[in-house]
Amino acid sequence: MSMTPARRAALEEALLPPIVALALVLVAGDVLILTYGEAPGAVWRLMLEGTWGNAYGVGQVLYKATTLACTGLAVAVALRAGLFNIGAEGQLAAGGFGAAFAGLALPTGTPSIIGIVICIAAAMLFGGAAGAVPGVLRAKFGAHEVIVTIMMNFIVLALLNYVIAAKLHVPETLHTPAIHTGSIARIGDSIGAFHGSAVNWSVVVVSAAVAAVSWYLFRTRGGFELRAVGLQPGAAEYGGVNVSRTWMRALALSGAIAGLGGVNFVLGYKGYYEDGFAGGAGFLGIAVALVGRNHPLGVVVAALFFATLSQGGLAINAMVPKQIVEVLQGLVILAVAASVPEVRRLVLKAAGTRRAAPVSPKPMSGSDAEAPR
Amino acid sequence: MTASVGGPTAVVRMNGIQKYFGAVHANRGAEIEVGAGEIHALVGENGAGKSTLMKILSGMQAPDGGRVEVGGRDVTGWTTAQAIAAGVGMVHQHFMLVPTLTVAENVVLGREPVSVATFDRDRAIREVEELSEQSGLIVPANRLVADLSVGEAQRVEILKTLYRGARILLLDEPTAVLSPPEVTELWAVLRRVRDTGTTIILITHKLDEVMAVTECITVMRQGATVARMATRATTPEGIAKAMVGRDVNLAVQTSAGRGNGAADGGGGATGLTVRNLTVRGPRIERAVNDVTFSVAPGEILGIAGVEGNGQTELLEAISGLRAITSGSIRVGDRDITRASVRERGDAGLSHIPEDRHQRGLVLEYSVADNLILGQQHHYSRNGAIDRAAVATNAAKQVAAFDVRPTDASLEVRTLSGGNQQKVVIARELSRDFIVLLAAQPTRGVDVGAIEFIHDTLRKARDAGKAILLVSAELREVLSLADRVAVMYGGRFVAVMPRADASEEVLGPYMTGARKADTESAA
Repeated sequence: MSMTPARRAALEEALLPPIVALALVLVAGDVLILTYGEAPGAVWRLMLEGTWGNAYGVGQVLYKATTLACTGLAVAVALRAGLFNIGAEGQLAAGGFGAAFAGLALPTGTPSIIGIVICIAAAMLFGGAAGAVPGVLRAKFGAHEVIVTIMMNFIVLALLNYVIAAKLHVPETLHTPAIHTGSIARIGDSIGAFHGSAVNWSVVVVSAAVAAVSWYLFRTRGGFELRAVGLQPGAAEYGGVNVSRTWMRALALSGAIAGLGGVNFVLGYKGYYEDGFAGGAGFLGIAVALVGRNHPLGVVVAALFFATLSQGGLAINAMVPKQIVEVLQGLVILAVAASVPEVRRLVLKAAGTRRAAPVSPKPMSGSDAEAPR
Repeated sequence: MTASVGGPTAVVRMNGIQKYFGAVHANRGAEIEVGAGEIHALVGENGAGKSTLMKILSGMQAPDGGRVEVGGRDVTGWTTAQAIAAGVGMVHQHFMLVPTLTVAENVVLGREPVSVATFDRDRAIREVEELSEQSGLIVPANRLVADLSVGEAQRVEILKTLYRGARILLLDEPTAVLSPPEVTELWAVLRRVRDTGTTIILITHKLDEVMAVTECITVMRQGATVARMATRATTPEGIAKAMVGRDVNLAVQTSAGRGNGAADGGGGATGLTVRNLTVRGPRIERAVNDVTFSVAPGEILGIAGVEGNGQTELLEAISGLRAITSGSIRVGDRDITRASVRERGDAGLSHIPEDRHQRGLVLEYSVADNLILGQQHHYSRNGAIDRAAVATNAAKQVAAFDVRPTDASLEVRTLSGGNQQKVVIARELSRDFIVLLAAQPTRGVDVGAIEFIHDTLRKARDAGKAILLVSAELREVLSLADRVAVMYGGRFVAVMPRADASEEVLGPYMTGARKADTESAA
């Protein structure tokens, strides 16, 4: 009848977990800070000043958020199709390598705009390829994407490590030579206030990607079908959607988005690929997607939040150990994971199947017969 | 027999029961009084709160308000363990049996007789056989549950409850999976169990069952108890009126179709043609076994049969959701044997799937989006969904099929079962099609919406559509079909004009007791 309760429930479900998580962070953070004999208020203030209090801090937060937005969005897109992509770490690294590889391979005289476009495309191609492998294995052979994406991390990272260490590194380092084409300028070069911070114009590219993914998911036929597959594969199949192909497409897209994140470091910050640059940003993407509720805009907000925590850790390091921030990040993930509907549904489903395990002796109906698939 | 309601002999008394599930108010002051040793029907439409009320009685749910008395004792908010200990046992719609154990082992599970710390199998078998004889529930104690028929499995379920000492037996829609002879047997068993002093509460929405076997009726509507009556003093029409809150036409209409091809369904048919179709099922190699038939334009072919005899696989194969082993399928004059689901749709195949929650709807999608599911390629331009066209279509369908509430932006999961089914039917009937597959079109739908859906199907038939109807409700098949086929063990064991079909004629075919000489001669 009245839809107000339903709408209110939806709103509650969207806002309550982050608010609860934030409250938890504040309380737990207070306790931790007190154990170091510092005043919580002062530490929090320092954290805010070191992040959003000045242009340099904002620049650093934006730089970190740019990578996290990519890996978070990658995980979110896969989850929208009902797939858990744990491989963003490897896809991010592959994307970064792809960008550097293109930047090194292109002839020196390439116009910079063309070079940048090709390098970005290469990053997405490499990341997309790393994502497509589990997608194809899932679609063709039913290999579970969680296992395959986890394993792909080891394969991709080890392979890149080998290529860098054996073929492409500058002596005494674990990074490639500096690229000569495809560099993206830092924002600090044109807006003096940001001087010294790592934020670069990749942030614009990634923002455009977020908008494009949002449009794709909610405004296109492809997105309509992708989300239907994630919500109800049976209904999608009935609706004429090729479920396997959608899975492949979703994981390839997911990998490409994660790969785009590599551009931020390689083209925009260092100008070369460095082994291990992903440094957990891929895994943190899972948390970003969960906190962002798999919505592109939510992912952006969550990426900014985690980037703030991470940069804030550096700011407060003088008063308390920056590892406090890692504890807080873990708490946020736990708090949100425990309350996010997807997780709750998975847990309920797992509990449900266990309870319903000894079922009817004969196929009673179509739905029963389908259930064990 | 205990006359009408309540009185001092009431063994179950529930008053003013309130139960909320989030925003849903499932029970609003529901009440029921059941006399000792009677068979009591609890009826109401889907979502009326019957199951919730019984779950509260059996301890699976705690009420948010009200009082539950069993045997004069206040037991409000008790646990399932306490309920079982007090002799309240529930037989669920979906059986809770371990297929790899024997009947006797299943019956004693949780209360195994033990001698010197080991399971005393001989005693278990003896006890089960004794109980079986006492109650009239004949079961083969040594057989594996996996090898039982559905009817036998159900008897094991009832026996299990009795073994635990149930004096009050709750049965949730027990006939949903039974063939007519099995239903008759179940009634005999229940009467005998009742005569040993057990009180039985039967949750159902089938009125003929209520009339056949119960003494007393409690009717629920929208979470509240709206009527209590003695079965002898009422009629099916009276019960239906109480369930829906208005007059309902229950008569079995047998309006024949225009009948071009209704008699032979053969020559020149441009509806649905299926030849030598064999389909593999999830458990059986030949779930559909060499079936040949056709449905002519302007004809409804109704497939009767106990669920699980290949109907699901047949429809899934025709709609492209399940790979076929051999055979051919044509819609109109197009061969769709190897076509994709989308190509079949575009060739003129519409499909009301039997499970709207798994297949027919994306529950988290809006009504408007669900109304284009399967048609999304006709509602997009250059890959982008045409939102304006989706909204226009939604407004039109919601009005034409009287979907409520009328806000098409609502998630379809917030609609009642009947309105959800209307969304599916609106979508499948409003598009351009030649053949309609209608599987269980009124399952889980309230009495009021059933009339509407039946009328809609008849109109489609009269407009020259070929309709293949599959229903577990024999009544529905008889009410709609121009020709009736019976499916048993993956084959069409009988095909006959509606005029020759009746429950008595079809029953033996449905159980496999009779097989027609000329098989699959449709």
